[in-house]
Amino acid sequence: MNESFPGPQAGPVTGHVPVLRLGEVLLVTLQGDLHDSTAQQLQQDLAETISRTGTTGVITGVIIDISGVEIVDSFLGRVLAEIAGQTELLAARSVVVGMRPAVAITLVELGLTLPGVHTALSTEVAMDLLTRHAPSSRFGGLRQESP
Amino acid sequence: MPEQAEGTAVSPTTEVRDFLRRRREQIAQRWADEPLFRAVFTVSRDEAVEAGKAVVDALAQVADAARVEDPDAAGFTTVREQLARMGAARSRAGLSTAQVSSELATLRPPVENLLLADLPDASADDARACVTTLSVLMGTLRVVVMQTALSEGQALIDRQRLQLMEVATPVIKLWDGIVAVPLIGTLDSARSQVVMETLLESIVEQQARYAILDITGVPTVDSLVAQHLMKTVAAARLMGAECIVSGIRPAIAQTMVHLGLDLGTVVTRASLADALGHVLHQLGVGIVNPVANGPVAR
Repeated sequence: MNESFPGPQAGPVTGHVPVLRLGEVLLVTLQGDLHDSTAQQLQQDLAETISRTGTTGVITGVIIDISGVEIVDSFLGRVLAEIAGQTELLAARSVVVGMRPAVAITLVELGLTLPGVHTALSTEVAMDLLTRHAPSSRFGGLRQESP
Repeated sequence: MPEQAEGTAVSPTTEVRDFLRRRREQIAQRWADEPLFRAVFTVSRDEAVEAGKAVVDALAQVADAARVEDPDAAGFTTVREQLARMGAARSRAGLSTAQVSSELATLRPPVENLLLADLPDASADDARACVTTLSVLMGTLRVVVMQTALSEGQALIDRQRLQLMEVATPVIKLWDGIVAVPLIGTLDSARSQVVMETLLESIVEQQARYAILDITGVPTVDSLVAQHLMKTVAAARLMGAECIVSGIRPAIAQTMVHLGLDLGTVVTRASLADALGHVLHQLGVGIVNPVANGPVAR
């Protein structure tokens, strides 16, 4: 899709980031440095996946694992905040998982405290968070009874 | 030697230099008996003599450069390390700065006596000039030793301060998933930074969902430290842990309100016990008083 530049451009991940579906939860694992365009692509992919799967099943949560990310700049910080906002609008919740201490300190020093973004230490905790405190809309809506 | 001493063209510094080179062995031998050298080089006397020779060589070099009053003279650089070791060893032995200085002063009389013995035929003026030069040179040596020893001491203090900073911020695991930092003593900017880093590291290490910052032992909080606390809380939240600040003293609370600091988003509790209770409640853990279940002999 995205033709990467020739030369020493192997560092940043470009193109699509795989989005895994685990039941009602989407799992995204970010690895290494993320290209700005990839982050935007991810934002778009997530929104489409959540709305598209609305017919085959409900997505109640998105887990974004950033434990493999060493640098979160202000752009990625904003994208994370936007993903949180947009999934909220699509009646799902997003949890950012496994932020490294150094990354957290840098973000705070930059003044990016990401209000409105849920966080968790591990994917396990995030899973627990999403399945236990599911948004009420999930119960209020029409749901297909399991046979 | 008399024929040299008679030459009026010879300056006192050259005279002293020649004397030092000539009497190197004797001076070193006499110094080795002085308390300073004897106490530092306890293993063998030869070692003390060698060290003394090195110092004499350095003094001769300084005299050669005619910089007897200059503690930064090039000659001293070669022996600085050795002198610092000696000074530090005496300080460690419990001697005060003044005592070390007076021990250094005892190095002067033997050399002076040797010099006077070498100048029996010199005129009174020449002899006085030479002795004065030597005195100045020995005084400079004293300054060099004290200066070096003090800078060594400063380096030691700096190292210890760093160690203290790390030791003074213990992160304690209170329960599964609960860590606490009881802060004691004055918080400055650097220490707050260390606290933040160690706390965040231990959150990852212990997979702690709750972190308690207990500031009962902190006498004062200024706006900068308060800001650091807020940053720590925010960073912990970004990592997925909740931070609770406990033990804010009444005076500190008053200051914070006066400074207009808003801890609105931070959960605070009066004491560490209250904070632990709050967190256990959040985790759904309760502690039951055994008496309530009837008298059980333990």
